[in-house]
Amino acid sequence: MYRTIGEVKAQLSAGKTVVSIVQDYLTEIEKQKELNAFLEVFTESVLEQAQQVDEKIKSGTAGRLAGVVIGIKDNLCYKGHKVSASSNILHGFESLFTGTAVQRLIDEGAVIIGRLNCDEFAMGSSNETSAFGTVKNPLDPSKVAGGSSGGSAAAVAAGLCTASLGSDTGGSIRQPASFTGTYGLKPTYGRISRHGLIAYASSFDQIGPFTNSLEDTALLLQIMAGKDAYDSTASSREVPAYMDGALPSKIKVAVLKESFETKGIDPEVVSTTEAIIADLRSKGHEVELVSFPYLDYVVPAYYVLTTAEASSNLSRFDGVHFGYRSPDAKGVEETYKKSRSEGFGKEVKRRIMAGTFVLSHGYYDAYYTKAQKVRRVLQTKTDEIFRSYDFILLPTTPSTAFEQGGVKDPIQMYLQDIFTVHANLTGHPALSIPFGNHSNGLPFGIQIIGKPFDENGLLNFAAYLEN
Amino acid sequence: MEIKDKYEAVIGLEVHAQMLTKSKAYSNDVNEYGAQPNTNVSIVTLAHPGTLPMMNKKTIEYAIRLGLACSADIADNQYFARKNYFYPDLPKGYQITQDKTPICTGGEIIIKDDNGNDKTIGLTRIHMEEDAGKSIHDVDVFDTLVDLNRAGVPLLEIVSEPHIKTSQEAYNYLTEVRKLVRYLDICDGNMEEGSLRCDANISVMLKGSKVFGTKVEVKNMNSIRNVQRAIEFEISRQIEAIEKGEVIAQETRSFDALKGITISMRSKEAANDYRYFPEPDLQPIYVGKEQIEAVKNEMPPLPRELFIKYTNELGLSDYDAYVLTDSKELALYYEGVIAATKNYKAAANWVMGDVKSYLNHRGLEITDFPVAPQQIAALIQLIEEGKISTSIASQKIFPALTENPLEPPLSIAERLNVIQDSNEDSIRAYILKVIEQNPNEVARYKSGEKQLTGFFMGQLMKVSQGKADPKQANQLMRELLEN
Repeated sequence: MYRTIGEVKAQLSAGKTVVSIVQDYLTEIEKQKELNAFLEVFTESVLEQAQQVDEKIKSGTAGRLAGVVIGIKDNLCYKGHKVSASSNILHGFESLFTGTAVQRLIDEGAVIIGRLNCDEFAMGSSNETSAFGTVKNPLDPSKVAGGSSGGSAAAVAAGLCTASLGSDTGGSIRQPASFTGTYGLKPTYGRISRHGLIAYASSFDQIGPFTNSLEDTALLLQIMAGKDAYDSTASSREVPAYMDGALPSKIKVAVLKESFETKGIDPEVVSTTEAIIADLRSKGHEVELVSFPYLDYVVPAYYVLTTAEASSNLSRFDGVHFGYRSPDAKGVEETYKKSRSEGFGKEVKRRIMAGTFVLSHGYYDAYYTKAQKVRRVLQTKTDEIFRSYDFILLPTTPSTAFEQGGVKDPIQMYLQDIFTVHANLTGHPALSIPFGNHSNGLPFGIQIIGKPFDENGLLNFAAYLEN
Repeated sequence: MEIKDKYEAVIGLEVHAQMLTKSKAYSNDVNEYGAQPNTNVSIVTLAHPGTLPMMNKKTIEYAIRLGLACSADIADNQYFARKNYFYPDLPKGYQITQDKTPICTGGEIIIKDDNGNDKTIGLTRIHMEEDAGKSIHDVDVFDTLVDLNRAGVPLLEIVSEPHIKTSQEAYNYLTEVRKLVRYLDICDGNMEEGSLRCDANISVMLKGSKVFGTKVEVKNMNSIRNVQRAIEFEISRQIEAIEKGEVIAQETRSFDALKGITISMRSKEAANDYRYFPEPDLQPIYVGKEQIEAVKNEMPPLPRELFIKYTNELGLSDYDAYVLTDSKELALYYEGVIAATKNYKAAANWVMGDVKSYLNHRGLEITDFPVAPQQIAALIQLIEEGKISTSIASQKIFPALTENPLEPPLSIAERLNVIQDSNEDSIRAYILKVIEQNPNEVARYKSGEKQLTGFFMGQLMKVSQGKADPKQANQLMRELLEN
């Protein structure tokens, strides 16, 4: 299969049509159906799109992504297509518009092959909260593909599309990327418009790409980034040319000391990270262990704030205006209660209730206000680190992909995000690159966090590490 | 002393003013009243998944305008908040509003108290928010219908301090607020259509008490008069209850305009916990000094400023000044007239008299009046110069002017042959004619009935066809009659 945009381009130059590339992918998707990566394959519309791109290629008007086949997480809106956030509450719902990120890819000739399974409303770290079943890890089907963007990661790892889009609220791109050996980028908050992304926690959510190469990540980011009239939190900062190769001769890297002391961290994850540190030092770069004694606070603060926002964001799913309505509800109060009780899954309900609680009168200051303070402290402390260092280096995940059904305690599951929520709390860009090969045969990622809007530096450094 | 005289009322008003922006607060949907139900509803208004609010910057400008007009403090840094509650006409499940950082704090509105003296009503805050849709319960027998055209319409909420003491003061306050928002062009002030709405917080306490009574919120009053009625009812109800030894419940009550009473809607215990928190989908707003300055430079004249100018500088009576400043359009018309004549009193009389009655007879607004204010000034000029009499101006020239609004009054006067005659010889001739025609009255005058002067002047006008200059004629008439 075509694993990168470069391979697609090479095939097109060799005379292959976009339609036939899409057909190859469709065959592959069918073959690997048991992964449960796709919730729906847009067979009809993707072939139609492919034909149009073929015409454009013929007339020489094709864009930079001509023929690139993209899968989108099932929380991204695509006009005329179903979108469900892997939830029954959006049963039968079709989007009336295409979100900005997806539209920008389409405008450059990308074709959208289908929507990808994920945790319900992106709430989960294993794809097991999806109303439509879990996604299997293509590298070992007994293992999870990670979450919440499990389908997006699995599809790219398994060669079911050239690249995919996911969303990252607390690690939902980077963690599954780590588990599947793919590249996953969470851009700086505000770098890519959220218009068309079904909100989980608005001040954390970012759309980002899954790819099989850094070049592809850079190109997709290049195309999706930039200001957008439909999202006032999208930054109007200019989009630079990504991955220009520029790096300081002496790269300064901070390693969060406490990350190695995390309970349950896999020794091979530690040793691989240490090997990278040693290698960088040997090449004359400055790598220092920096104390960052806040890791114990990041996950609780993250869950207080994200559930608070989620409890409000998910209010619109009330059985009144669209989506699922309980068939036997009478009156408005019962419509709300029954539709929401029947439509939402357990984890979503848990988070809505937690979020409602932390915002409630009498508990607000103890939870919401306090978590906001933690967020501000983290921002300040992280900024301090970046005054002395170019990058923060740490593992993406404490371990490799775990067994399906292997983590039962929700708190244990939340700790999956220990290394990833930091960048969402502070808004910094973070990239997971496949680096480790565990003795258990599974890959794991290394994570780089960069300065705000320095995705260019992040990509350059990642490329440097790979060589 | 009546029982109710032992008590005093404490009233605070919350006014919601729908802003007259072209589009809604956070979407491109058209903001208009009376459209077919659910036609101004895009995916943002419908709260479809994946949509985000888009800030309509005009709303900030309007809020600053009102803040400046009320001398409020305008916050430089603000953010929006979400007010969370479930209701079918609230598709997002939350309302975007301002909670901890209202755009305006403090400020005041000056009204007349029950004795006609100035009274300052302090403002607590003014903030921006969005309207909900409309639930219609009385059209379909079985179902409640929801119209979302109104959902997302920008509102200004103006919260007063509890400085209002009587229903009349509340009436005056609302009249003043309505006048103000209309002057500022930020709201059409139409309470019947709901573009201006008012909730009243009312409590009573023994006169001189330092401790406020339990406040009751009254809603659903669709005219200023009904706000007054509701407050009157509520004050009596609360006093009666207290006198009977009952405890006033903290609750929300609804005004029934037909019966003129308030009815309990819900108790405070059943109230929602709105779980306010900062709206993460909108950037915080920064309002700089330059922006405020820019709005200030574009401010229209304010009714109170004009009132003070008319009474203090132009020497008009309070009544005249009040009538002229009642609407901005009328005031601006008057301003147009006095830009071209220094005879302010005459200008006021013309605008309030002939012009207004012309409009009233035809059911027109001043903006429909065909005659330019400069023409009225020219008419006043003709009277001042003694070219025409006031009565000729009113009876002949003004009606002709409304027919031919562009023709100079002087040319109309010439065309109608009504230019006043101030030639002494011809006036003398007219007077002699009057004396000759009315020998009996002359005799009575001479025997002491001096009040017949008026009769003779009338006859003179008849004989001269209104052209004799009355000032000159008056003097001469006396002389000739005395001899």
